Amino acid sequence: MNDIVLPVLWAVLGGAIRVGTPFLFVSLGECLTEQSGRINLGLEGVLVLSSMAAFGGAYLSGSAWAGVALAMVAGALLAGVHGVLCGLRRVNDIAMGIAVMMLGTGLAFYLGKPLIQPQAPTLQPIVLGGASSSAQLQAALSINPLFPIGVVIALALAWLLANTRWGLIVRMVGDSSDAARAQGISVNRVRTSTTMAGGAIAGLGGASLTLFYPGSWNELLSSGQGLIAIALVIFARWRPLACLWASLLFGGAGALGPALQSVGINSAYYLFNAVPYALTLLILILACTPHRRLQGAPSELSVQR
Amino acid sequence: MDPRVNAMRLETVGLTKRFGDFVALDQVSITVQPGTVHALLGENGAGKSTLVKCLSGYHSADGGSMILDQREQVLASPTDARRLSIGMVYQHFTVVPGMTVAENLLLATGDITSIVRWSKVRAELTEFMASTPFQLDLDARPADLSAGQKQKLEILKQMRLRPRLLILDEPTSVLTPQEADEVLGALRQRAHAGECSIILITHKFREVMAYADEVSVLRRGRHIASASVAVVTQPMLAQQMVGESETAALPIARGVTSATTPRLAITDLHAQGDRGTPALQGLTLEVCAGEIVGVAGVSGNGQRELMQALTGQRRVLAGRIEVSGAPFSASREENRRLGVRSLPEEPLLNACVPDMTVAENLSLRTFDQAPSSQRGWLRAGAVRALAGDAIAAFGIRTRGPEEAIRQLSGGNIQRVVLARELSGTAQLLLVSNPTFGLDFSATRDIHRRLLEARNGGCAVLLISEDLDELMLLADRIAVISAGRIVLDCPAAQADRQALGAAMGGSTPEPQPAPARPGVTGCADNEALA
Repeated sequence: MNDIVLPVLWAVLGGAIRVGTPFLFVSLGECLTEQSGRINLGLEGVLVLSSMAAFGGAYLSGSAWAGVALAMVAGALLAGVHGVLCGLRRVNDIAMGIAVMMLGTGLAFYLGKPLIQPQAPTLQPIVLGGASSSAQLQAALSINPLFPIGVVIALALAWLLANTRWGLIVRMVGDSSDAARAQGISVNRVRTSTTMAGGAIAGLGGASLTLFYPGSWNELLSSGQGLIAIALVIFARWRPLACLWASLLFGGAGALGPALQSVGINSAYYLFNAVPYALTLLILILACTPHRRLQGAPSELSVQR
Repeated sequence: MDPRVNAMRLETVGLTKRFGDFVALDQVSITVQPGTVHALLGENGAGKSTLVKCLSGYHSADGGSMILDQREQVLASPTDARRLSIGMVYQHFTVVPGMTVAENLLLATGDITSIVRWSKVRAELTEFMASTPFQLDLDARPADLSAGQKQKLEILKQMRLRPRLLILDEPTSVLTPQEADEVLGALRQRAHAGECSIILITHKFREVMAYADEVSVLRRGRHIASASVAVVTQPMLAQQMVGESETAALPIARGVTSATTPRLAITDLHAQGDRGTPALQGLTLEVCAGEIVGVAGVSGNGQRELMQALTGQRRVLAGRIEVSGAPFSASREENRRLGVRSLPEEPLLNACVPDMTVAENLSLRTFDQAPSSQRGWLRAGAVRALAGDAIAAFGIRTRGPEEAIRQLSGGNIQRVVLARELSGTAQLLLVSNPTFGLDFSATRDIHRRLLEARNGGCAVLLISEDLDELMLLADRIAVISAGRIVLDCPAAQADRQALGAAMGGSTPEPQPAPARPGVTGCADNEALA
């Protein structure tokens, strides 16, 4: 029994980090955006576009880290489109988010056509399990170098939101734009800048898709992970650190299918692959009732009003 | 610094503000002496808010000038006002709901170090709060605070800036009389100590007489009079406010009705609030035919949820609602059969379809019945004709039945809803804050209609946060606190102090109300008439 359970456990743990890293970045980006009172569904588009940009950047420059930087820039720019347009009067951020999502994926497919075949340099894993003799353990502990960056960003966001002027202002804008205006704060400027910063963070998720796992660019790469990550923010109750745990949980769920396959359990492979999506549905059902509002949600979110 | 120097002298000279063709402020000249409480009285739309928005930099005046301590100043933005130490407490809360008291107080100062050293800030805030008459938990969130505590937080936010002129826009509208006394008493003390001058906007004469030193009355944008409170009387002020000899009196006589049959019986009602917290916790109340039962209380004690539960907008967790002895779940069929009508608060939101026409909104109760429809077909002519009748009968000011209802003023929207709800035979009328934000004539009109309905034998449940309105209209007053009726007594015997104490949640004096309060209430109303 142990020779099935243990490898699966290791694979799920490793997968939690490998698969969960893009979730982590997108959910942190969305968390920051939503803390300022705006929803950016366009992060799915940001994820696809930035993964293409990361791959293209790495391919053209020969450096994976240049690809990472380009992914952040692409993410910030596309999110910036969302941020600026949502600042206009009578623009709904949900509808605009869907438009940005389509724009992002469309642009990525158009610009990314020549990138489907070639190989680009990828990010080298941080190997923690080198001393171990177990191959599974080694595989599980080969960590995406972007993951520690994500952990640092999660810790930093949690601290910044609670302990800095910047953080307090972002939260005030997200919770009561009237109060912020009464303080002479430009609500639009704060929201646009946090939306762009959120896009840059989500861009790291894109980079992690094409430069680490799966490590190549194709049009089916994201398969809605950006949208799942947005749902994660609700699950995490808008707390950056909870985003980290939620991403790992979802990553683990996503790794369940391949992990079982690796030990020879092939039946219901597709069913296990559907676990993250089922989990999303389950969370949304559990989190939402028509009879009360969500705890911890920034009051300015358009779904709250 | 000598605190006496801190209070500001303010003078406006011929201050004028126009919005398009509409003159909101017409040559207003008032003087606020340093270290005094200056009350601004006026009806809705009299220009009080426009005046203080000019003083706090939100509007720039089109004419006239402002003289602060002998120097003319131009206020182009709220930042200018803040620079000149003018603080403003708004009518609606501007606290940030999801942030703690400490965070709210810190944000109010505007100058925050880029990294907040919480231990130091908290020590400062604790010390600051000790120097004020208000004490709040630094870690509480506004969502958990009562309305009174929120209002204190608003005032604390401004006090922290050490304003030289503090403007308060109806600061007591959501407070119990006791809380209002506490807040206004403390502010008056500060003013008299010379720390600041205070402008107090209110429509409560009691507060003007008790806490203001001087009073200015505005009407239709004009400055009518200013006087020392020592020499004015309440009827005088009322006269100046409304211009005519209309004062707070019943618009029509209270007819003699025999209120003995319970029309509405609510037993042990439970319901949840928006955030899943219990909002109604075992509420029991009866309303008889031919009486107005007023539900008094500080907002947020379950009034909204009670109204929503009665009108079918909120799920009832436990308890019974019976109308004329039959179980009632607010279905369209039951409403029609039992004659249940409602006038919810914010009628544009809760009782109208804003983009539909006046005629369509008037027909929402009856559009599927003859004569408005026949064999499943709407008859536009009949709908329009009925609307025309209602517009004439209720004096609705509109460009015509085809105008979208959201174009109408608040008073006229309320009249439309009232016309619709009172058409046919209403047996039970559920009303919530019917005159909130309406001017004197509209208020009077609505009060008259409610009394007419009562005199005609309709049972009226009137939920209102305006105690004066309840004292004026109700036959019986029930006080709601924390989702329960805590006091139920005939209005003629109601005492402001006792009501206030009950509204504030303290246990009231033993009342002649036994276990089933409704029974005592359903006495013959001849005695009260």
